[in-house]
Amino acid sequence: MQLFDKTAEYQEPNQEGYYGEFGGAYIPEMLFGNVEELKNQYLDIMNDPDFQIEFHALLRDYVGRPTPLFYAERLSKEIGTTVYLKREDLCHTGAHKINNTIGQILLAQRLGKTKIIAETGAGQHGVATATVCALKGMECVVYMGEKDIERQAPNVARMKLLGAKVVPATSGSKTLKDATNEAIRAWINEPDTTHYIIGSVVGPHPYPDMVAKFQSVISDEIRKQLKEKTGAELPTHVVACVGGGSNAAGAFYHFLNEPTVDLVAVEAAGHGVYSGMSAATTQLGTTGILHGSKSILMQTKDGQVVEPHSISAGLDYPGIGPLHAYLFKSGRGTFTSATDEEALEWASHLSKIEGIIPALETAHAFAILPKMNFKPTDIVVVCLSGRGDKDLATYMSNIKM
Amino acid sequence: MSRLKHLFDQKSTRVLNVYCTAGFPQLNSTLEVMESLQANGADIIELGMPYSDPLADGEVIQSSSLVALGNGMTIELLFEQLASMRKSIHIPVILMGYMNPILQYGFERFCKAAKEVGVDGLILPDLPLFEFETIYGSAIQANGLDFIFLVTPETSEERLKKLDSLSSGFLYAVSSSATTGKDKDFSKVAMYLKRLKAFGLKNPFLVGFGIKDKESFNAVNEYANGAIIGSAYIKALSSGSDVNAITKTFLESILK
Repeated sequence: MQLFDKTAEYQEPNQEGYYGEFGGAYIPEMLFGNVEELKNQYLDIMNDPDFQIEFHALLRDYVGRPTPLFYAERLSKEIGTTVYLKREDLCHTGAHKINNTIGQILLAQRLGKTKIIAETGAGQHGVATATVCALKGMECVVYMGEKDIERQAPNVARMKLLGAKVVPATSGSKTLKDATNEAIRAWINEPDTTHYIIGSVVGPHPYPDMVAKFQSVISDEIRKQLKEKTGAELPTHVVACVGGGSNAAGAFYHFLNEPTVDLVAVEAAGHGVYSGMSAATTQLGTTGILHGSKSILMQTKDGQVVEPHSISAGLDYPGIGPLHAYLFKSGRGTFTSATDEEALEWASHLSKIEGIIPALETAHAFAILPKMNFKPTDIVVVCLSGRGDKDLATYMSNIKM
Repeated sequence: MSRLKHLFDQKSTRVLNVYCTAGFPQLNSTLEVMESLQANGADIIELGMPYSDPLADGEVIQSSSLVALGNGMTIELLFEQLASMRKSIHIPVILMGYMNPILQYGFERFCKAAKEVGVDGLILPDLPLFEFETIYGSAIQANGLDFIFLVTPETSEERLKKLDSLSSGFLYAVSSSATTGKDKDFSKVAMYLKRLKAFGLKNPFLVGFGIKDKESFNAVNEYANGAIIGSAYIKALSSGSDVNAITKTFLESILK
């Protein structure tokens, strides 16, 4: 069993963690020891047979993998092509985030760490982290923007119920970016005992690569399931929403080096890409450094990071993982966006035609389907990254029921 | 000879480097603060260029950065403010900041402008060693700027040797792995500094992070060539509006 296979450029950053010009580890010296320790050990630990056995057993028995690949019949008819949904919403805790936290908690144990810190936007990563900490009996502190704590109350309650401490990030825009700053600072202040579980394919090398590899189980399963169900080796399109980009990285991973597969990344356009209230990073951003890696980010001409806007807390991030920046710049990926309004419309629509209430983040991925001009012979896989329970309050106040 | 080298040739102990944020407390108070620091006994001025996401700094310095950004501070403006600083400032001046705003300004252009206004050195905590050696170091050196790396108690001997060899001016010894503005346990710090002193560094070293008063300043000076004070001074500056009076009282409390 070789889950984390080494093949080509898009899957593997270079020695210093670069995908093309993007990546690296732009961190202060205080973090060097921790990041270096991770960098030197993550691949060995992840490829260790004992690790793989434990990781896969937990994915199967605790997370509930493999998640189904579901043929969405009514949606397919409406769009005029074949649409499959990769049901990450059925994972334990309600989203793909737990694939990565299971991997990282096992890694943290092997590094001898006793305390876990994490940042969270929508709260899904925070819940997934609190969950695995409870499972393994580790102390857990989650940093969350003050604004996100207000708009994601159910997830805050979940984290607390699971025994985690939730610390509000009160600086800056009080959202995911600031929660990430606070988590990194907390890590600087307690480097020896603490492992920082980053929730997306962002941060200093080796995080983007490590998180992508843990999430790559999504595309590994898609490939096998599609073959079983249709006989087709490959889909024509894989569609996923992108904030930092972890579900997209996981859904794209095993197709990165298959040039016939169109990898479609959907960013959050907020009130509209050019409205000044948007989180469409590749459309609005320029090359820069944020949270320890060089990537594309939304910033002023003076290099100050801009506060993004999206109705979905999980996409409300001014940057994007370096792998995605490279997919965008190289043209390997197709980057598009959906507005708050379109996402809400599709959250409602998908609920009615497939009986699945998606997370607000995920709803963005569906919103672009009617605009894509698919051929009837296409096979489109949409990564249904999370379920909508956490967004009920937003749905109740924004959707006519 | 560089101003920093000259300083350490004259003075090898109790060197006081004080951090201030450009554009704080007022947009145009940068030079006034610097002049006041010089007049009241600072040996080096470390001028922070405000950034929206300063990872290595604690809340005191971050909030001063947000005030400065709110005041309209930019790198462009900073170089305008510093254009004639050498008419009044004769002590070494170091710019401290994060990579992103500098990249947007243009790294080479930044180094040239710094050199032109009479800046002596740079502290860029998120510029990694690899990128320094392969990309950015040449522009820094070509403009005759000193570059000061940070080292911590966790920095390995091999790496310490390397960072020391690539630094010039002095080496910035972080008292413990923590962000700025946190209280430190000084017995641990003393052991670290003793080790550092015995290491035979090429550069003099100043201790930063957690130095906030006369007691902590005196304590680290038993081993180090001096210290860097940041958060405590910014806190003092935030407490009133008379920059000169605050600076005089603050530095007297450390040095007298």
